[in-house]
Amino acid sequence: MSRRLSEKDYEKTMSFHFHRWLSGEKDPFLDTVEMKPQQQFHESEELVHEHELQHQRIVEHSYDVEHNAQVRLFRKFYKIFCVIFCLCLVFILLVGVSSLPKYGHEENPVNNEVSARYIERGLQETGAVNIVTGMILDYRAFDTLGESHVLFLATCTVLILMRKDKKENQETAQHNDRIYEPKNDVILQTVARVLVPFIELFGIYVILGGHLGPGGGFSGGAICGAGLILYLNAFGFAKTERFFTGKTYKCMCFGALACYSLAKTYSFYTGANHIESVIPLGTPGAILSSGLILVLDICVGLVVSGTMYTFYVMFRKGGY
Amino acid sequence: MTHDFVQNFPLFCIILTLFSGPTCMVLRGKWARYVNLGVISAVGIMSLAVLLDVCARGEAYVYMMGHFPAPWGNEIRVGPLEAFMALFFCIIMLLSMIGGMAQRLRKIEASKENLYYVMVNLLLSSLIALIYTNDLFTAYVFVEINTISACGMIMICQNGHTLEAAVRYMIMSLLGSGLLLLGICFLYGLTGHLLMSNIKEAVAALVATGTYHAPLMVSVGLMCVGLAIKSALFPFHSWLPDAYGYSTVSSAAILSSLVSKGYIFLLIKIFYRVIGFDIICGSKIINIFFVFGIAGMMFGSISAARESNIRRMIAFSSVAQIGYIYMGFGLGTAMGVLASIYHILSHAATKSLLFVSAAGLSESSADSRELPELTGAGYRNPSAGMAFTVGALSMVGFPLFSGFISKILFAQAAVNQSGKMLPTLIALALSTILNVIYFMRAVIVIYTPLRDIPAEKREGYRKIRMRTHPEITAVFACFVLLNLVLGLMSQPIVELCARGLDMFG
Repeated sequence: MSRRLSEKDYEKTMSFHFHRWLSGEKDPFLDTVEMKPQQQFHESEELVHEHELQHQRIVEHSYDVEHNAQVRLFRKFYKIFCVIFCLCLVFILLVGVSSLPKYGHEENPVNNEVSARYIERGLQETGAVNIVTGMILDYRAFDTLGESHVLFLATCTVLILMRKDKKENQETAQHNDRIYEPKNDVILQTVARVLVPFIELFGIYVILGGHLGPGGGFSGGAICGAGLILYLNAFGFAKTERFFTGKTYKCMCFGALACYSLAKTYSFYTGANHIESVIPLGTPGAILSSGLILVLDICVGLVVSGTMYTFYVMFRKGGY
Repeated sequence: MTHDFVQNFPLFCIILTLFSGPTCMVLRGKWARYVNLGVISAVGIMSLAVLLDVCARGEAYVYMMGHFPAPWGNEIRVGPLEAFMALFFCIIMLLSMIGGMAQRLRKIEASKENLYYVMVNLLLSSLIALIYTNDLFTAYVFVEINTISACGMIMICQNGHTLEAAVRYMIMSLLGSGLLLLGICFLYGLTGHLLMSNIKEAVAALVATGTYHAPLMVSVGLMCVGLAIKSALFPFHSWLPDAYGYSTVSSAAILSSLVSKGYIFLLIKIFYRVIGFDIICGSKIINIFFVFGIAGMMFGSISAARESNIRRMIAFSSVAQIGYIYMGFGLGTAMGVLASIYHILSHAATKSLLFVSAAGLSESSADSRELPELTGAGYRNPSAGMAFTVGALSMVGFPLFSGFISKILFAQAAVNQSGKMLPTLIALALSTILNVIYFMRAVIVIYTPLRDIPAEKREGYRKIRMRTHPEITAVFACFVLLNLVLGLMSQPIVELCARGLDMFG
């Protein structure tokens, strides 16, 4: 109630209307929308009967634990059996582990001529200062060849599952992504602008230094891939698609794996036929040393970074 | 010692198939298809050359992968059995790929067709590497490739069923891989080696001195269970019917006849070349295989008999056939293992034939897979009907066809096995009866004239002549021929396998 205005004038002001609306004295829709009283819900006998039958059928066939005795019994049995099974497995594994040779003991079977040669002559035979890299990319390069194809294959499987090739699906995905993507977040962009070059540089350093110190294609590739993902999150697809599309990935992966396969075919072939390899080992410690290891590290790094980035893109949008 | 040029072929086979994977990725669907068929044929021809070479030489050889000799570097081992298996797998794969081509083109998104060939090529490479490998860790790496590519092959045509099947397959198969890896780790901890021949020496020394008995048995158990899960031995078969029943024809044929057999072949290698067959027989593990093998034969067949979906019925029959193979291991004699190897061959040749012909029958019956709706399909698609009949007869164990020989070999292996003779023979007899029940029911249904079915239900039924899909008819002919060869000229093949198995030891 106003003190300065008369009652009649007050009824014309906004604050009066607002106050009335707030206290619920006036329904804003009352004069605009036609209101009908709710009708009683009627159902014929047959419909009721049919619905009951349907409900019965659903209960019988569904996993409704409260109504389906069979499922309930199965669930109980399943839980008990699971626990027993897991306990048995844990027990067996613990017995097995506890009677294994003690870790780090000098006389363990693991400390045999195989590891001795890796440690003693690894540097001389592979030219890699990092013995682990020498092992995985020179002594046992066949396993790593398989392993990099596992990564490639995993990407292909994700492509089968997630890539949206139909036009309408692509458009929906694009639309959804626009709703959820970070929108020009200044903090993220500033941080990314500073960090991404360093992350990429560090990744490349880890890849290139794989034979000289801790690192290699797998770890370096993961760092590069993470940097790419950060860049994508900060600046969106419009920016990344300028330099990284599905086609880029295809060519990169094909090039890296082809290079790996060819290089290793050469070394397997010459090795098995006892032909001297023409690839020089170089001075251990120099960046251009240790034969094929540097090349293979770069190949593995490309595959790994591409794989990480592609996984992210596929799960986010289903297309580049 | 330098090798003859032919002796490099196993390396070329593995590298060529690995390399063709990324190649198919950059090619378009049609060219990828040609590359795939070309690669499979090339690998088959090279394997044939290797087989002839090894047989002429009369001994197996190891091939160094790189400049470092075996315990330090990798190596592969090539013997007659390995080369024969590689050749046989290539033939089956080629026939399955050609036989499923028409259906594949209809069902797979055109833009993803090349990815399918990536999967197939890498699957072939992993199978060949599993066959030739002489190193447990290499085997594990290629088991991984095998698992992932098989998963991709299941879900290539995406609908609810295949996605669910792929998830199930993934979970079970990764569990199997994990157990296998644990087993390999245990074994490495005990012996310090990953090379098969070195592990065998170390294990023999461990058993002789009696040290580390418990972890050794745990390790063997883990590897056996892991591979049994991956090859769908009876209690672990729940992933199988959907995976084989709803994926495309070529996927189903390849998965049932090659993928699970690759793991079984690896298991044979582990028996003979890693642990030593005597030690395996001395442990009680083979008895477990025996019991679960027989259980699988029974329950697989019973589930198949209750199934009305023809593809799932054939898939359940695979469970039963895997049971046969493990029962052969369970006998614990070289004869038993030989029978199992022969059954691998005969099952691979027959099961892929059944899958491809069942797809032909469905195609003529409005793409239905339910048995009642396949009534008379044998008249609508005569070539598929004939092929299905041959496959069914072979599965049942009708003389002339391959299934008969493997059953005879199992029975022969069981004779003189004091405790196991009676159960084996009874199981063989019962399982044959069960096989007759469901396979002959299917054959009778597809040759029942269509009279009783009302006209409105016949919508979509169409006649498929032999010249509608000439390549599929040719594939049927090849499969039938392969079955007849395995059934009528079994002696040289059995001898070859026996010789290869001797060289394993």
